[in-house]
Formats: sequence, structure tokens, C-alpha cells
Amino acid sequence: MHWDIVWNNFSYFLIGAYPQGPLGGLAMSILLALGSIFGAFWLGLGIGLMRLSKRPYLKYPALVYIEIIRGTPLLMVIFWFYFLAPILFNETLPEATSALISFIVFTSAYIAEIVRAGVLGLPKGQMEAARSTGLNHTQAMLYIILPQALRNMIPSFVNQFVSLTKDTSLAYIIGVNELTRAATQVNNRTLIAPMEIFLTIAVLYFIVCYVLTSISRRLEKQLARYQARGK
Amino acid sequence: MQYQFDWGLVLSGEYREWIIQGLITTLKISGISIVFSMIIGTIIAVFRLSRIKVLEWISLAYTEFFRNTPLLVQIFFWYFGSDSILPKVVKEWLYKQDFEFAAGVIALTIYTSAFIAEEIRSGINSIPKNQIEASRACGLSFIQSMQYVILPQAFRIIIPPLISQFLNLTKNSSLVMTIGVMELTYMARQIESYTFHGFEAFTVVTLIYIAISLTISIIINVYNRYFLRTIRY
Repeated sequence: MHWDIVWNNFSYFLIGAYPQGPLGGLAMSILLALGSIFGAFWLGLGIGLMRLSKRPYLKYPALVYIEIIRGTPLLMVIFWFYFLAPILFNETLPEATSALISFIVFTSAYIAEIVRAGVLGLPKGQMEAARSTGLNHTQAMLYIILPQALRNMIPSFVNQFVSLTKDTSLAYIIGVNELTRAATQVNNRTLIAPMEIFLTIAVLYFIVCYVLTSISRRLEKQLARYQARGK
Repeated sequence: MQYQFDWGLVLSGEYREWIIQGLITTLKISGISIVFSMIIGTIIAVFRLSRIKVLEWISLAYTEFFRNTPLLVQIFFWYFGSDSILPKVVKEWLYKQDFEFAAGVIALTIYTSAFIAEEIRSGINSIPKNQIEASRACGLSFIQSMQYVILPQAFRIIIPPLISQFLNLTKNSSLVMTIGVMELTYMARQIESYTFHGFEAFTVVTLIYIAISLTISIIINVYNRYFLRTIRY
């Protein structure tokens, strides 16, 4: 057992070479996840609302987008943005940026489905009542439906954030310096303690994700009280 | 854009063979992992409901830990790190096989079985409690009433979420390229580095993945529409 190797590199696992060098490790993973969920929320909200629209020129592009992205492995999406976008646009992106874009594009398709489920999950009467008080469709969406739907969606968003946090490990493949890459670097340098190193980072990921999962479970219980119910 | 498309390159000859080989490996590793993860997932789910404290704890720890750690890390753990924890006999047997493939199967199986266990557990919980009470009252043991009464009903309900877990597994199997299993994504990368025609290779492979997942989601929809609503208690 060579737990001293893990111990000596522990700060590298947590924050990389920061403050002397670039930020990395778990901090980078979490930053990537936070940036991606922020972008994916807005993109996913837009696409989810397009998917709910009755106008075919909004509905079908959203449907195709969702089906394509959900049918493709994340790794494929990452490769598309990292290797193939430069061919099309004649411009290379830094690894972290193209990983961020891939995560946003990938997660937004799942968020769009959450948004759709959240809006469809509200009782029909909410929309009808809002329209009958004289609000138009956009206003009713904005002031009545979305505030309720989004609140109900919070647990699903947190779950999506958990899987996104796990998915940030894939950024390792194109060379982003996050936790999994930090682990493989240390492993390649030392070579004698792979079990200890990978177990440690598994536990690090676990702690982050488990805390988030617990929060989501608690929120689910609390929010259930305020739900508008149909008959 | 100075990129010459050459679709014939990927769709014929040697490189087509590579893609077909990759597809076969993807289907093989997914198929094997599906079978094993169903078995382990069912066992873990039954543990959770067994009312024996130790088994419940094992099951809870298993599902929570493996669902909350990234698959990639698990793959690396089994590929690089399993050397010091597996017994010698198992190791020797594994090294005689294709070790990359075996490590991939182990990681995919364990990761997916944790999700499957949760699906099965929720399926079992959705069966009314009096079913198990009645079957116990008939004189069946816990295992027997699970086997003959509860599980057959539970599986019918959870077939759609189970199938979508299988689909996730198939997509997740692309990660085993990192340890050198020559599946679909690995082959696409390979063609890219041999020919610099990555665009065509990635398009073809992406379309294959989408075709697999669309087929499966159509099956789920048909099942939901025609079979699920006939289930009554």
C-alpha cells in the first residue's frame, strides 16, 4: 500500500498546481460542471419551450436536436467539437472551451426534456385560468406556468448536475486538466499506486455527488408540499 | 474550408471492415454487460428489501457509491488498480483473456447494475404490499414469493426504464476506448488518425449510435402504448 503517494499529491488532486500554476483537479471539474449547467439551463430552457410549441418550424427542429443529442454518447459530442469543429471553422479552440461547449450542448438536450416534463406535469387548469384572466400565451408562460414548473424541476436539475459532474471526467480524453487527468498524471509518474489513486479520486467524486444527491432528495420532499394538483 | 470529403473511403474496403468490427465489439461488450448487470442488479435490489440489516447496508452502499462516481474513473480503477486487490487465480485467468475487454465489462457491469438495482427496487415497491403478504401467507418463503409472485410482475412494469438503462450502457460503452478496447468510437478515432478523414468516420459512427438508440426508443414507445396499459392490479 502506498497511501503516502496519494497524500503527497492530495492538493494537486484538489486544486491542481494553483496558485503557482494553472487551476486543475477537483476545482476545475466543479468549475466545468458549474459553467456547463449554467449554459445548458438557458439553452435547454429555450429548446424545451420550442419543443412544447405548436408551431412546426419550432417544434420539429427542437425534436430533432433532442433526439440526435440523446442518441449520441457524450464522448462522440466531445470529439465532434474538439476534432471536427476546427476543420469546419478553420479555428482551433482551447481544450477547456471545447469541453465546456460539448457539455452545454449535450446537457441542454436532457434539460429540454426536463423542462418539457415539468411544464406538461402542471395541471391544464393553470394555463386555462391564466389565459381566461386575459394574459396572452407568452405572459401566461412567463408569469404563471414557468415559475411553478421550474420550481418543480429543481430536483431534476440537481440530478442532472450530478451526472454532469461525473461526466466532466470525460474532458480528460481531450486533455483538460481536471480531476481524472490529475489522477492519471500522478499515476503515470509514480506507477506503483494505481489502486490507491483511483480509489481516492472515486471517493472525491463520490463526496461531491452524494452531497448534491442528498440535497436533491430533501428538496424533492420540501417542494412536494407546494405542488399545484389537478383533479 | 479546405477539406475534401471522401465518403467512399469510410463506406468501402478496409475502413468499412474496421467500423463493422467496432460495431460488433460494441454490441458484444454491451450485451455481455447487460446480462451480468441484470443479474447483479436484481440481487442487489432484493438485498435492499430483504429486511436483513447487513444485506440492506451492503446494497445501499453499493448503489450509492457506484451511482455517484464517474464511469471513467471506475474503468481506470478496474483496469489499472485491480491488480493489487483481485485474488491471484482470478487475475491469472483474466490476463489470459482479453484483459482490456474484461476490465471494460467489469466496470460497465458494476456501474450499470447500481442503476438497474434502483429501477428494480422501485418496480418492486410499486407492487402492492398485500401481494407479498398474501404469498407469504400461502406458505411461500421470501425467496419463493419474490421469484414467483413479485419479480415477474415488477419486471413487466420496469421494462421501459430498464431498456433505457441498456441504451445508456450501450452509449457508455464508448468510454472503454480509453483503455484500448477496439469498439466503435475507438475505430472512428483510429480511422481519423490513419487517414485524416475523421469527419466521415465520425459521421458514420454517430449515425450508427443514433440508429441504435432510435430503434430502442421506438420499441419502448410501442411497449408503453400496447402492453403497459393492460397491466392491472
